[in-house]
Amino acid sequence: MQRVDPRSASVATVCPYCGVGCGVLATPDGCGGAAVAGDPDHPANHGRLCSKGSALHETLSLDGRLLHPMLRAGETLRRATWDAALDHVAQGFARIIDTHGPQAVAFYLSGQLLTEDYYAANKLIKGFIGSPNVDTNSRLCMASTVAGHKRALGADVVPGCYEDLDCADLIVLVGSNAAWCHPILFQRMLRNKQERGARIVVIDPRRTATAEEADLFLPIAPGGDVALFCGLLVHLVANGATCDDYIAQHTEGFTQALAAAREIAPTIAATAAAAGLREGDVAAFFELVATTPKTVTAFSQGVNQSAQGTDKVDAIIHCHLATGRIGAPGAAPFSLTGQPNAMGGREVGGLANQLAAHMGFSSAEVDRVRRFWSAPRVATHEGLKAVQMFEAIARGEIKALWVMGTNPAVSLPRADDARAALAKLDLFVVSDNVLSNDTINAGAHVLLPAQAWGEKSGTVTNSERRISRQRAFLPSPGEAKPDWRIVSDVATRMGFCDAFRFQSAADVFREHAALSAFENDGSRSFDIGGLATLSDEAYDALHPTLWPIRAGETKGRARFFGEGGYFTANGKARFIAPEPPSLKAATTAAFPFRLNTGRIRDQWHTMTRTGKSPRLARHSPFPFVEIHPADAAPLGLVDGGFACVSSRHAECLLAVSVTDRQRRGQLFAPIHWSDETASFARVGSLVAAIVDPHSGQPEAKATPARIDAVTFKSRGFLLSRAPLRPMIAALGTKVAVAGGHGLLFASDTALASWRDYAASLGDEADVAEYLDEARGIYRAARFRDQRVDFCLFIGTEDARGAFDAATTLFETERLGLEQRKALLSGRSPDGAAQDGPIVCACFGVGAAAIDAAIAKGAHSVAAIGETLRAGANCGSCIPELKRAIAAARACCEE
Amino acid sequence: MSEPLVIIGNGMAAARLVDELSKRALGRYAIAVIGEEPRLAYNRVLLSSVLAGDADMAEIELRPASWWRDRGVTLLYGAKAHAIDLATRRVSLESGESVGFSKLVLATGSRALRLPLPGAQLQGVHVFRDGADVDALKRLAAQRKKIIVIGGGLLGLEAAYGLVKSGAEVSLAHVTDRLMERQLDKDAAELLKRIIESKGIDVLLEARTTRILGDDRVSAIELADGRRLAADGVVFAAGIAPNMELARDAGVSTQRGIVIDDHMETNIADIFAIGECAQHRGVCYGLVEPAYDQARVLAARLCGESDIYEGSIVSTNLKVSGVNVFSAGEFMESDGAETISWRDFGLGLYKKLIIEDGRLAGAVLVGDTSAALWCIELIRTRADVTQWRDALIFGRALCERKAA
Repeated sequence: MQRVDPRSASVATVCPYCGVGCGVLATPDGCGGAAVAGDPDHPANHGRLCSKGSALHETLSLDGRLLHPMLRAGETLRRATWDAALDHVAQGFARIIDTHGPQAVAFYLSGQLLTEDYYAANKLIKGFIGSPNVDTNSRLCMASTVAGHKRALGADVVPGCYEDLDCADLIVLVGSNAAWCHPILFQRMLRNKQERGARIVVIDPRRTATAEEADLFLPIAPGGDVALFCGLLVHLVANGATCDDYIAQHTEGFTQALAAAREIAPTIAATAAAAGLREGDVAAFFELVATTPKTVTAFSQGVNQSAQGTDKVDAIIHCHLATGRIGAPGAAPFSLTGQPNAMGGREVGGLANQLAAHMGFSSAEVDRVRRFWSAPRVATHEGLKAVQMFEAIARGEIKALWVMGTNPAVSLPRADDARAALAKLDLFVVSDNVLSNDTINAGAHVLLPAQAWGEKSGTVTNSERRISRQRAFLPSPGEAKPDWRIVSDVATRMGFCDAFRFQSAADVFREHAALSAFENDGSRSFDIGGLATLSDEAYDALHPTLWPIRAGETKGRARFFGEGGYFTANGKARFIAPEPPSLKAATTAAFPFRLNTGRIRDQWHTMTRTGKSPRLARHSPFPFVEIHPADAAPLGLVDGGFACVSSRHAECLLAVSVTDRQRRGQLFAPIHWSDETASFARVGSLVAAIVDPHSGQPEAKATPARIDAVTFKSRGFLLSRAPLRPMIAALGTKVAVAGGHGLLFASDTALASWRDYAASLGDEADVAEYLDEARGIYRAARFRDQRVDFCLFIGTEDARGAFDAATTLFETERLGLEQRKALLSGRSPDGAAQDGPIVCACFGVGAAAIDAAIAKGAHSVAAIGETLRAGANCGSCIPELKRAIAAARACCEE
Repeated sequence: MSEPLVIIGNGMAAARLVDELSKRALGRYAIAVIGEEPRLAYNRVLLSSVLAGDADMAEIELRPASWWRDRGVTLLYGAKAHAIDLATRRVSLESGESVGFSKLVLATGSRALRLPLPGAQLQGVHVFRDGADVDALKRLAAQRKKIIVIGGGLLGLEAAYGLVKSGAEVSLAHVTDRLMERQLDKDAAELLKRIIESKGIDVLLEARTTRILGDDRVSAIELADGRRLAADGVVFAAGIAPNMELARDAGVSTQRGIVIDDHMETNIADIFAIGECAQHRGVCYGLVEPAYDQARVLAARLCGESDIYEGSIVSTNLKVSGVNVFSAGEFMESDGAETISWRDFGLGLYKKLIIEDGRLAGAVLVGDTSAALWCIELIRTRADVTQWRDALIFGRALCERKAA
């Protein structure tokens, strides 16, 4: 393991968030923290970081960390030794295998794991336990891409690389809010647009921050993608834009696919109707693609998270195959991966429908892996994919589950059902680095403390197939261990010590690399045999490297398929006729809306990490639902009010955001909040468990839903040094603040009860109170040692401004008199304007400061950057800056 | 020839009236001021500062002798008016002299009440009203005597503070359950009590004095609950009574005070009254601001202008060093009124605003009275404060920044 010297200079590692895989330079402070900066030498980001990456240092505290093993004793989890915990796990698996067979055991893994962790886990379950039931949260993320790639290209391989985004003349973004979800890549695209004049088309049901940068925005109806790309294929053929040589030499199935496309979208008019678009927009899009050879089509969850996701992926790929725009600079279909190491998981085969290292379950492949691993009982067929796996748990068929580094009780569709299923397990093991999350709280029997980012060491692969070292720069806290070692320890106790004699992550990696090359001979795209003999030192020093890198090669390969060479039996890409597009679940009178889910700019997954960052919390602290004004008005929904959003499966209580960026008939709610951070905001519980027949990926973006206005007597917030969760709050959301805890809430309790609550928090020696009973306003604060000890605001209106001002004072170490007096006013004591909602998370610049700068003459994003630095780092707030500039202009013109 | 105008009373109201008149129509009236105290008019409000040793009598004089002379005023101070003869339109003095008038202004003020208790006439029992009282109290305090102030209103608090500052050991006995109950609500009074106690004054609430004990000199007081408190001196600060006997005896209408109309005129033509002796629309004010308002209106009237007086917005400032207390307008909730309050006892701060129909109707400020003038302005102008409401109590700067 890498030793950490607190005096050491910066350590080059990679960001643990999205699939862009940005290089990070972390400089430990010797006190458990570190400074972070973008790594200028990393080819993914060239030194830039987005808001989330820039705030990584705010997520390193050991608060809430799982630091030693724990075993369930009745209702509670109690500290246990590693020996006791590992024995419990190993013996439990063995017992269940003996009684119910290996198929009664399942692992549920994570795109947050390192490749080494993933490899060891996959090897244990598929090779030694002998169960194929291993799946991962990548099933919710990239499975349709995997299936689409394999169907069309013969292998799960991304044909292009990031440089294609720099040199394309047209970038089509489909179902991707890259401005928020892949900010650094999006900045590369924008730079291409600015410097080379590349055009950007955005296809999304929502007018996202990404859409605002587009030359052409197609506000597509949900599920309209297949029709749109079928229409495009038809148009390309009709206008002679196809490359017939490429089709003939390197593909098969074109005729049938074209025929199917003509059925689905014969004309521009038919395409527009099927996709819910204007004909003119469709025509403009088709014309752009037809006339632009260097086109990259980048796609993400809007494509993947669909019951027709595989067809969507292939409909996109078809247009590239038909034009031969693949494997050439600036020309490729390009999947933007969600997670930092979803790709690594796909490489090791840690998915139910893969065996290992890009091999499936053919008898030859099973035999090959068996021989390589010297494995006693290799899984011989596909296992249960995530949704099916949890259904099997609910039915009692799977008795033992090991969850590593993910939170399925929040993230799976019908998450309440998934959570309930967990309680039925005979053995429920969680290895994670948090002490509490919805999955653990669903009744885990064993908690195994895993190392977190900054502590663990291994490799990850980003969206362009680039393997980078994630390096440790902090000491391993408590009794935490790397996941690969935890897996190996369990395997050893189960009697598989020979196969799990790994002494280091490098050992695991070398074996993984060797397997990728084992009897490969170019038949499998994934081959990193060139890295199989790295010394420990060379592994530690490994530079970011594209794969494949075969034995004897020193450099990875940037692109695939320019000259064909697909990984199908005959080497030809396959066109696959898509099913007629339709959303599987119909809206009804009871559930008339379609619920779309996704990410917000400054949070990641279930917030176990980003939720610790005060800076990231300020952009969008409360779980919300977006709705179009015309839909909101008749339902009595008001911006800033509350709503109950329900589906057939569950209901959530969310703040309402009324915005015309949302399509009519559509709702959007972010996925991040859980019972750990909020009440009634488990959006995953609403999502239908309808899956793509090929990929098993759930349709997370089109659940039939309804929305009803909900009113609360009051709303407010609480800031405190110790975590507080007042029972009298009807719903609440935790918000990270420095030096304490924040809670935003709504309540139906009388004001007097809140006064009693505040009084109950301790002696009132140094308590301040503000009361305007007629307006339903009550505020209280206690001071201690010139600091705010707690601060409670109750009112009837949205108190975002007050929250920001109060939080700033809460975070102040020595309050001056004027600051103390200003606290209960909910206003900033400074003569300077208040911050307002944080727009630029990198530099903590608020909307008010930006408006002020614009008023003083900063009329461009560049000018704002010069005065406030806002937007000058990751750039993900630039769309918001532009909106602010435009709003100021509109205001002037009035 | 100038019309003879006689003012009985040489206090703050009289001085202000002379000032207002001379600004409007210097020389129109030949003014004579008759005052009982043997000194130039002084700022009675600041007597507590003199008692506390923060000022001396010369410093609190309102105007120098030359000022009066320059305005042609005949000053008859140290001269007590004996009677008013309406038939002859003359005021007779105790000295036997008399002064004729065409118009007469009664500005006789009020006197401190001596409670009708057994022992109230003993030596060492004082009131706190004029310069002579201050001299007596200062002598007592200088001997580090134990003094009990009876009455926890504005006057009592100021007296107690002045005495403690001058070296006395002071207890304050107040009959109700809170200090300044006519100006403060319970919370403000509670905070005030803490602050007053922190100044070294022992505050006794619900302490009704029933007797003053002593042979010829006071030695203790007895409370209704039977407690006896040793005392070398007692100060009555338990209310004032308008000096209206002179008027009443002359046949001018009086009730609790000398009854005047909106032009400050009594029931007798050309006989006016202003200040603490006057009763306007049923109200006798015990504060200087209404007296000044009345003086201004009367001056206008005497100069033929048509100003009328409709009553004053009452505001109170406690003049105790380091203890900022302000009260104005309605300070207790009434039907239809809404209350905004802010307390931070750790900072010694309490504020309450009463809002009626979106307008500020009253304010109580303890600890930080910097917004006092603004509150009075808002109450007077009846400005709609709805848009500022949430910030109002936190001060003008925040409100105006918000509005900007």
